[in-house]
Amino acid sequence: MINIEALEVSFHQGGGEDRKVLNGIDLRVPKGQTVSIIGSNGAGKSTLLNAIAGTVPISSGSIVLDGRDCGKDPEWRRAAYLGRVRQNPLAGTAGEMTILDNLALAARKGPRGLRIAVNKSKAKVLAEQVSQLDMGLENRLRENVSRLSGGQRQALTLLMAVLSHPSVLLLDEHTAALDPGNAEIVGRLTRRFIAEYGLTALIVTHDMKQALEQADRVVMMHEGRILADVSGGLKERMGVADLVELFRQSRGKDYAEDRDLLG
Amino acid sequence: MIEGILVEGLVYGIMALGLFISFRILDFPDLTVEGSFPAGAAAASAIVAGLAGALAPRAPAAGGFGAAGGLGAAAAVPAGLAAAAPVLALIGGFAAGALAGLVTSLIHHRLKVPPILAGIITMTGFYSINLRILGGRPNMPLIRNNPLLGFARTWLGSGVLQDISLFIAALLAALLVAGLMDLFFHTEIGIAMGAMGDNEASVVQAGINPVSLRSLGIALANGIVGLSGALAASYQGFADVNFGAGIVASGLASVMLGELLIKSQFIGVQIFRVLAGSILFKGLMYVARSWGYLAGITPNDLRLLTALLIIGSISVSKYAGKKPKALSRPGEKRR
Repeated sequence: MINIEALEVSFHQGGGEDRKVLNGIDLRVPKGQTVSIIGSNGAGKSTLLNAIAGTVPISSGSIVLDGRDCGKDPEWRRAAYLGRVRQNPLAGTAGEMTILDNLALAARKGPRGLRIAVNKSKAKVLAEQVSQLDMGLENRLRENVSRLSGGQRQALTLLMAVLSHPSVLLLDEHTAALDPGNAEIVGRLTRRFIAEYGLTALIVTHDMKQALEQADRVVMMHEGRILADVSGGLKERMGVADLVELFRQSRGKDYAEDRDLLG
Repeated sequence: MIEGILVEGLVYGIMALGLFISFRILDFPDLTVEGSFPAGAAAASAIVAGLAGALAPRAPAAGGFGAAGGLGAAAAVPAGLAAAAPVLALIGGFAAGALAGLVTSLIHHRLKVPPILAGIITMTGFYSINLRILGGRPNMPLIRNNPLLGFARTWLGSGVLQDISLFIAALLAALLVAGLMDLFFHTEIGIAMGAMGDNEASVVQAGINPVSLRSLGIALANGIVGLSGALAASYQGFADVNFGAGIVASGLASVMLGELLIKSQFIGVQIFRVLAGSILFKGLMYVARSWGYLAGITPNDLRLLTALLIIGSISVSKYAGKKPKALSRPGEKRR
């Protein structure tokens, strides 16, 4: 469960004036809900995810994850609740380590001890997990991750993000850097994992169609604020054209220039 | 002289193992080594000298000088301590090095000072600290209760030639350190440390505090360097405040020679090849020292040779190998 209230994030810029990137965000996401976040470039979508994860510090407001107010916690502490996949397939894995070691690292959260990381039974469990990806990676466990293709690596990152059963999954355009085929595969895996693990998920995307299909709810952002928030029957009845129209109405003017960015 | 090369290669190879952790595993270019190596040497010598000092009053006490209660107690304890002195000296060497590493880590993390500068600050400060440990003098003998020589003499017997027993002692020490390191990098925390220098985000994502983990790694690396310093003092028979000069370059050269010699993505092989590289490095230096005059090379040129060796190693791996960044991590991909 996510509960965000009056969240503000400012970035310093030259000249002493701060720029508000998030300007009073209120967002409640009940457990198990999937939310698509859309909006033009610079709307603050990625910053919102970064603020939740603790990658950027918040200026004011509160972030409550699973009942714990963690707006001030360091990133690594918040990671206990979070699984995360970024756009760059290289971002979430250690390329010069084996698939097996990467999985072992991601298999649970928190500080580590001196136990041997991968024994035979553990390797077997992890091999079963990675076989879910249906990419034959279970036969390449001792290979370095840097040898995988972008699609394979992103699928592995996704698996690593959910492996420790976090309560919240944050996906920041995680299929945008992939070719259409791989994007489709990773998208399908995403839906499957979210359902299987009962995850609460926030998905930033530029793809309006995907935004409607993959989520229970669509949140539209613009200039650091939430412009529109559709769910339930209303969302079900909407098509891409309706979504664009909604955006136009909510924003009023200046729509034309953003049309391409949104579509 | 082959034994000398082997022993030196192994003793200084342990230092290179510490360097391997900071430079290769953690991707943390750490110059603390120039301070932690002599710190380990100084601590070991001082501990042995200090214990000997505590033992010394025993003789007059036994001679009937009427020892005070305090001295009598001091005499009772050191009887056991005397036997443990070599071990304590090595532990002290490790601890002194680890402490230097922690200082660098604190400077880096708390004050956001870049790794190289943080290391230079620590190394500069430790020059004075090391002089203090050495009692204000630039060097200190380590003859009695000498860990390496003592072990070689008592445990390997007097029947074996000293050169050979010394080699066996150094080999055991190096294999023990390398073996423990290999084991460590197969533990959960070791795997996390391996991921650290590769992609810190993956460590953070696993809910691990990256600052504690890196601090632990830097302390461990310098602890191993300090242990090597203690063994070096033991081998040389004295500790010197200038032991650390140029040691980073020679350690790096050893690491890189090892990488040229043996290609592998397995951490175990990567660890043991550091020792092989170190022996090769000492061998090359010996050749340059002994026969270098034929080419007009004097001992003054050895540092230049070390630098050229590093440049050469980087060039070879850059142009002959497939891996462009020679100063990056282990687990390099080889087809």
